[in-house]
Amino acid sequence: MIFVLVETANQKLTESSWETLTAARDLAQKLSDTTEALLIGSSVRALAPTLKGLRSVSVVEDPRLAGYIPEAFAKIAAEAIQKKRPTVVLAPGTEMGNDWLARVAARLDLSLATGCTEFFIENGALKGVTRTNWGGSLLEETEILSTPKLLTLQPHAVAAQPLAGAEPSVEALAVTLEDRDFRVRLKELVRKEKTGISLTEAKVVVGGGRGLGSAEAFKMLEELASLLNNAAVGATRVATSNNWRPHSDQIGQTGTQIAPDLYIAVGVSGAIQHMVGCKNSKKILAINKDPDAPIFQRADYGVIGDLHQIVPALIAEIKRLKGA
Amino acid sequence: MKVLVCIKRVPDTGGGFRLTADNKRVDTTNLGFAISPHEECAVEEAIRIIEKHGGSSTVLTLGPMAAQEQLREALAKGINSAILLEADDYESWDARAVAHAIAETVKPMGFDLLLFGNESADVCNYQVGLRVAHLLDVPCVSGIKALEIQNGKAIAKRESSEGWEVYEVSLPAVFTVKEGINVPRHPSLRGIMAAKKIPIEQKKPIRQNLQMARKLLKKPQEGRQLEILGQGVEAVGKVAAKLRELGAI
Ligand SMILES: Cc1cc2nc3c(=O)[nH]c(=O)nc-3n(C[C@H](O)[C@H](O)[C@H](O)COP(=O)(O)OP(=O)(O)OC[C@H]3O[C@@H](n4cnc5c(N)ncnc54)[C@H](O)[C@@H]3O)c2cc1C
Ligand SMILES: Nc1ncnc2c1ncn2[C@@H]1O[C@H](COP(=O)(O)O)[C@@H](O)[C@H]1O
Repeated sequence: MIFVLVETANQKLTESSWETLTAARDLAQKLSDTTEALLIGSSVRALAPTLKGLRSVSVVEDPRLAGYIPEAFAKIAAEAIQKKRPTVVLAPGTEMGNDWLARVAARLDLSLATGCTEFFIENGALKGVTRTNWGGSLLEETEILSTPKLLTLQPHAVAAQPLAGAEPSVEALAVTLEDRDFRVRLKELVRKEKTGISLTEAKVVVGGGRGLGSAEAFKMLEELASLLNNAAVGATRVATSNNWRPHSDQIGQTGTQIAPDLYIAVGVSGAIQHMVGCKNSKKILAINKDPDAPIFQRADYGVIGDLHQIVPALIAEIKRLKGA
Repeated sequence: MKVLVCIKRVPDTGGGFRLTADNKRVDTTNLGFAISPHEECAVEEAIRIIEKHGGSSTVLTLGPMAAQEQLREALAKGINSAILLEADDYESWDARAVAHAIAETVKPMGFDLLLFGNESADVCNYQVGLRVAHLLDVPCVSGIKALEIQNGKAIAKRESSEGWEVYEVSLPAVFTVKEGINVPRHPSLRGIMAAKKIPIEQKKPIRQNLQMARKLLKKPQEGRQLEILGQGVEAVGKVAAKLRELGAI
C-alpha cells in the first residue's frame, strides 16, 4: 500500500498535496498496488470523499489539531504507519512535508529521501528514487534499502491531475495525544505588511550582483525596474552578504526561487547556486563585462560591457521610448 | 549557556559542476570547500548568543581530517571549541547515520541549545537536526529566521508567505537555521591566529548500517540558446526593443 500524508491549509488540500496524490496514484498503478491517505486537522473529514480512487482515508480530527502541530502530527503518522504497514509513504516536499516526514523517520528510525523527482521500480517493487541535490542543480539516483520507504516529492516535479474513481472509505483513527506532543506549536502569527511587488509575483525581475559594487548602485536597478511592467529587484548572495540588499531579495539555493517571464541579471557571474533560483524564468537577459562569465551559458540574451554605463543608457532609452 | 553548532564541509562549486568519471561524486580536484550559508548563519547566531548571555559555544562536524579547515574558520570567528567526528567516507553516510553519530557524541555533553542548518548544501536532506532533536528528546523548530533567548526559553520565528510564525519552546532545544537570520561576520586576523592554538577534539564515530546507497549523480537539462544583443552602450537600442517584444515595457 502507498500511504500519502496530506497537507491542508484553510480547509483545503494544498496544490503540493494534489501533486503528491497524483504521483502516488501513478506509482500505485505501476506497482499494481493501492493508495491510502492520512488526513489530520481540526475539521478535515469533509475533505476525505474528494480523494477519489483511493482505497481508504484515515482521519484524525481534534480541535487541538488546527494548523500544523509538528510533534502531534509526527506521532499520529508514525502510529498510522505502524498499524497500516504501507510499503511506501509519500508526503509533499514542502517545508511542512519535509519537517513532518523527518520527524516520522526519526521516530521509526528509518531513512528518508526528500525532494524526489522520479521513482525506480524493479521486480514489481520500488527500489530507489531520483532526488534533488544542491537545491536542484544536481540530481542523485539512490537506492533505498529500508522498508517502508519514506519519501517526499519535490514540488512541481509532477503536475497535479484530478483524481477519478470511487470515493474512499473513511476510517477514524484513534491516537492518544499528550501535552508533550504540543510542546512545539505556533504561538502567534505576525502578518506582514505588503510592500510593492514581491519577487515571486513579479513578471520581470532585475537582479544585481557584485558588479554593482555598492548599495548606492542598486538605485539604478530600482529605477530600471520602475520603468518595466510588474518588476521587482533581486540580488545575489554577494550583494546580500555585503548588506547592499536585505536577504529577502536574495535569489538562489539559500534564497528565493523565482519564475518570472524575464530575469535581467546585472553584474552577476551566474554561479549555479544563484542560477538554481532563477532557472524557471522564461527568458534570461545578462549584462556582464566578462564574455566568459558562466551566466552567458545560462542566458537567452547577452550584453557584454560595463553595467555602470549600460544601465543608465538603457534607462534613458526606455524613458525616450515611453515619452515618444 | 552551552551552545552547539553543527556544520558540514562541502565543495564550493561556483560556476558549474564537474562529476567524477564514475558519475558518483562531484569532482573536487580544483575546488575550494565551504559550509552552507545556513550553517554560516548558525555559527554567527551561536557566537551572538554567547556574547549576549555568556557561556560557551562548540562547533562540530562529521567529515574528513581536512574538515578542520571549516572548524578553524568557525573558531576564528569566535566559537570556543571544536569537535571533529572523523570519517573519510562521510559523503556516503545517510542522514540517519549522521544524526545517530552526532546525538551519541553530544548527549552526555548537556547542551542547552543546538543549532543546525535547515538543510546541508550538497545533499539537502532537511533532517539531521530534526533527527538529533528526537534522539535527545528535546523540541525542535526547523527553518527559523529569528531567535531570542529569555529566561530559559527560546523564541524562534519562521517566515511564511503569510508572515512571521512565532514559536516558544523551553530549553534545551534544537533549531535549524536559514540564511537571513543574521549577516555573518568575517574572522579577524587576531581571531584567525587565536584559532590556530585551539586544539580540535577528534573522535571516531560509530556508523550505523546505511539505508541509502547513491548510484549516480546527473545534471538536469539546461536548454538555453544565447543571442548576443551587442556590446557596451551601443546595445541599448536592441535591448529596449527586446524588452518591448517580451512585454516588459
Ligand atoms: C551552498 C551555497 C549556497 C549559495 N546560495 C546562493 C544563493 O542563494 N544566491 C546566490 O546568489 N548565491 C549563492 N551562493 C553563492 C554563489 O556561489 C556565488 O558566490 C554568488 O552567486 C556570486 O555572486 P555574484 O554573481 O554577485 O558575484 P561574482 O561571482 O563575483 O560575479 C560578479 C560578476 O559581475 C561582473 N562584473 C563586475 N563588474 C562589472 C561591471 N562594471 N559591469 C558588468 N559586469 C561586471 C563580473 O564579470 C562577474 O561575472 C551560494 C553558495 C553556496 C556554496
Ligand atoms: N556531516 C555532517 N557533520 C556535521 N553536521 C552535519 C553533517 N551533515 C549535516 N549536518 C547538519 O545537519 C544540517 C541538515 O543537514 P541535512 O539533513 O543533510 O540536510 C546541516 O545544515 C548541518 O547543520
